[in-house]
Amino acid sequence: MATKTHRVLPGFGLALGYTLVYLSLLILLPLGGMVLKASELGFGQIMDIALSERSLAAFRVTFGASLLAATVNAFFGLVVAWILVRYPFPGKRFVDALVDLPFALPTAVAGITLSTLYAGNGWLGSYLEPLGIKIAYTPSGIVVALIFITLPFVVRTLQPVIEDIESDVEEAAASLGASRWQTFSRVIFPAIAPALLTGFAMAFSRAVGEYGSVIFIAGNLPLISEITPLLIISKLEQYDVLGATALAVVMLAISFLLLLGINFLQWWAANRYKNEEPLEAAASRAVGGQP
Amino acid sequence: MIPFRRPLSALLLALVASAALADASLLNASYDVARDVFKDYNPLFQKYWKQKTGENLELKQSHGGSSKQVRAVADGLEADVVTMNQANDIEFLAEKGLVAKDWAKKFPNNASPYTSAMLFIVRKGNPKALKDWGDLAAPGIQVIVPHPKNTGNGRNTYLSAWAWALKQPGGNDKTAQAFVGKLLKNAPLFAAGGRDATTTFMQRQMGDVLVTFESEAELIAREFGKGGFEVIYPSLTLQTEFPVAIVDKVVDKKGTRHQAQAYLDYLWSKEGQENAAQNYLRPRDAALLKKYGEQFPAVKTFTVDEVFGGASKAFATHFKDGGSFDQIYVQK
Amino acid sequence: MSTNIATREATWVRRSLLAIGLAFLFFFLGLPLFAVFAEALAQGVPVYLEALKEPETRSAIGLTIGIALAVLPFNIAFGVAAAWAIAKFDFRGKSLLITLIDLPFAVSPVVAGLVFILLFGAQGTFGPWLSAHDIRIIFAIPGMIIATLFITFPFIARELIPLMQAQGKEEEEAAVSLGASGWQMFWRVTLPNIKWGLLYGVILSNARAMGEFGAVSVVSGHIRGETNTLPLHVEILYNEYNAIGAFAAASILALLALVTLFAKTIVEWRMKKETEMLATVLAPEKTS
Repeated sequence: MATKTHRVLPGFGLALGYTLVYLSLLILLPLGGMVLKASELGFGQIMDIALSERSLAAFRVTFGASLLAATVNAFFGLVVAWILVRYPFPGKRFVDALVDLPFALPTAVAGITLSTLYAGNGWLGSYLEPLGIKIAYTPSGIVVALIFITLPFVVRTLQPVIEDIESDVEEAAASLGASRWQTFSRVIFPAIAPALLTGFAMAFSRAVGEYGSVIFIAGNLPLISEITPLLIISKLEQYDVLGATALAVVMLAISFLLLLGINFLQWWAANRYKNEEPLEAAASRAVGGQP
Repeated sequence: MIPFRRPLSALLLALVASAALADASLLNASYDVARDVFKDYNPLFQKYWKQKTGENLELKQSHGGSSKQVRAVADGLEADVVTMNQANDIEFLAEKGLVAKDWAKKFPNNASPYTSAMLFIVRKGNPKALKDWGDLAAPGIQVIVPHPKNTGNGRNTYLSAWAWALKQPGGNDKTAQAFVGKLLKNAPLFAAGGRDATTTFMQRQMGDVLVTFESEAELIAREFGKGGFEVIYPSLTLQTEFPVAIVDKVVDKKGTRHQAQAYLDYLWSKEGQENAAQNYLRPRDAALLKKYGEQFPAVKTFTVDEVFGGASKAFATHFKDGGSFDQIYVQK
Repeated sequence: MSTNIATREATWVRRSLLAIGLAFLFFFLGLPLFAVFAEALAQGVPVYLEALKEPETRSAIGLTIGIALAVLPFNIAFGVAAAWAIAKFDFRGKSLLITLIDLPFAVSPVVAGLVFILLFGAQGTFGPWLSAHDIRIIFAIPGMIIATLFITFPFIARELIPLMQAQGKEEEEAAVSLGASGWQMFWRVTLPNIKWGLLYGVILSNARAMGEFGAVSVVSGHIRGETNTLPLHVEILYNEYNAIGAFAAASILALLALVTLFAKTIVEWRMKKETEMLATVLAPEKTS
């Protein structure tokens, strides 16, 4: 395009300008400052801190538990979003509202409540422990806390997308002889997959950084149930602000890369779906003349 | 439309009013478990000060983990005085120039108006017959402690166990490290703080023994009832100190040195010492200690200076990254 | 929603999905919520109410609400501006911008607090300058507001961006071509279209602001009766062995959350009703 882009709608400069200034002040400046501070240590030292045995163990625990929690939430979140959109049942509005509870409840409260529930003499723990399932003070406890904290992300991302699915496409598929499962896996699921991925990504990144709810139920034993945010706090406790900052920067870098990667994956998946129309949809278009 | 409008405006009014009414205000940055001590102490001092000088002094409290608090002070929290439970925390402030380098000499008794001791809380009847530190490292015993590296309470436990092991026949740093390692392996978890450890032991009924401050024992009794546990004094334990200091930088800026000095001095007064005793902290005043002899049985103690050459040295050797705590875990 | 048999799952599938979904929610959401209230009321209602009347608790409630209200205008302005730029225009770096907006979700609250201490703390970048001018940010309320801003600003933007993208540019372009000025177009066309989404985002961001613990804890200073929000106060009460007080305060937060969510449900319901009404009114004409 050789000519200057002419924008019909006004306000682009103002809106984008304000957005960028806000972002710079609130995000780029502080985070940049942190990276700068960490760089006082030098790359080699940062790597030493990040690759020490305790740090590595903490990364394993943190990222492992977060991955598990996000996956559990991806599966159950899909189920919950589905039943909230599609099935009528008594008390649905209340249940729907409840899904946002983890957002609003302070993490410390969540942690204390969950550890009370899952401890050996808690409402749930007293059933689970005789069965040999120990939740409180083990890595499993971390996963449980993270499931609670990140539950809304998948559900809320999927709900509007499931609502948006046009019933004619499903009907067309059915009329062409597809079984319900085929319809779901070939028509519906690809449509909601990008949103599912986004929800999973958000749940995962939130889980990785979680602190307040986890420390009450985790056990915090080094190399076993110690999470990276706790290590950061531990460094702060020793007045080692540089070390804490270094660890924080490494964690941030990993999370940011993962986010970027998943955003890219989602863009790729959305495009892929656009080009490969499922047969049923294509057929229904041909038959019904719909856009 | 704004909910809680009344409390909000009341709050605003109170803030304005208190600023107007009080002639001066002091902020005391203190550690977590000290809430009760100062809740009782502050009105006593306010009354004394009003009588002595006619000035209405406003006293504000901030509580949090000891190290977290001094970090906050170093980062700009304008506390006039700090009342901590670890000497190395005040050392940190001295290093940063906020507190005088000879802070420990500014007040008697190493600037610690009272002390406490680390002891064991066990189940009623002491079913596992735990008498001393050695028993805690025995196989099958579960020990509840707050995080030994990140919390003052936990660190005191660590050092007590270490010192006890040193005093055993043939004891040296190597055997001590091995012993402490065994003891820590008996911990099913590291609690997030002193209170969390107590909750875990008493409410969640986990573990055979809780190691904590003597002052906690009575608070536990108050909360959970005397019948649920027993107190065991080990043969040798750490005498924990609670150093206090004036934050020179802040009081000079605010002009409150006079009040801050008096506030801390008063901790050694009869009223201050009695308040400590009533909060289950061992007063320095020998007569009072005797008077409250029932709740303060004799116990053999050592100080951090005696065994470890000072709090800072102990901290550097054991709790900095790469110190003995880390070594225990890296060697597995 | 079609009631055609061919597009519905077998009854057993429906029943199982319902059972699985509801059971999951019960164990992971319902029980904890119930437990909070059970603990708070463990010693009866009078003790519960007493705990709430504590002056420090009330000041914490006031501060929590105050901070949530303070960040609101900034978040709304940002949300609308960002959504406007992203939804109605094409430009390079859009993906990067969206990822940046998402960033606070990925930053640990611990790190968020740390970041502002590094900037505004006495030993930080701007520390000496702030100290010299006697401006207190960290360990005072302004710092807590900034930390809360950091945590909550994506919510409104994320709500509005897909909404405005779905609505397209036609209406605004039509208004402009008919001679409306920028602001007229905004107030008369854009705002009414996005009002429910905006409200939705406001409610969510509010809920998050009131519940934030980690980041605010790092920058707070924990001065009793002054710089303790309700979540911080819960921690204090818990550490003081005041379990009833702690869970009572927690129950207030849960109640605030439930009120927020209830308001949100009403908004959603109105949103749906309006969309349906518009659809039936406009349907015959919509052939594009």
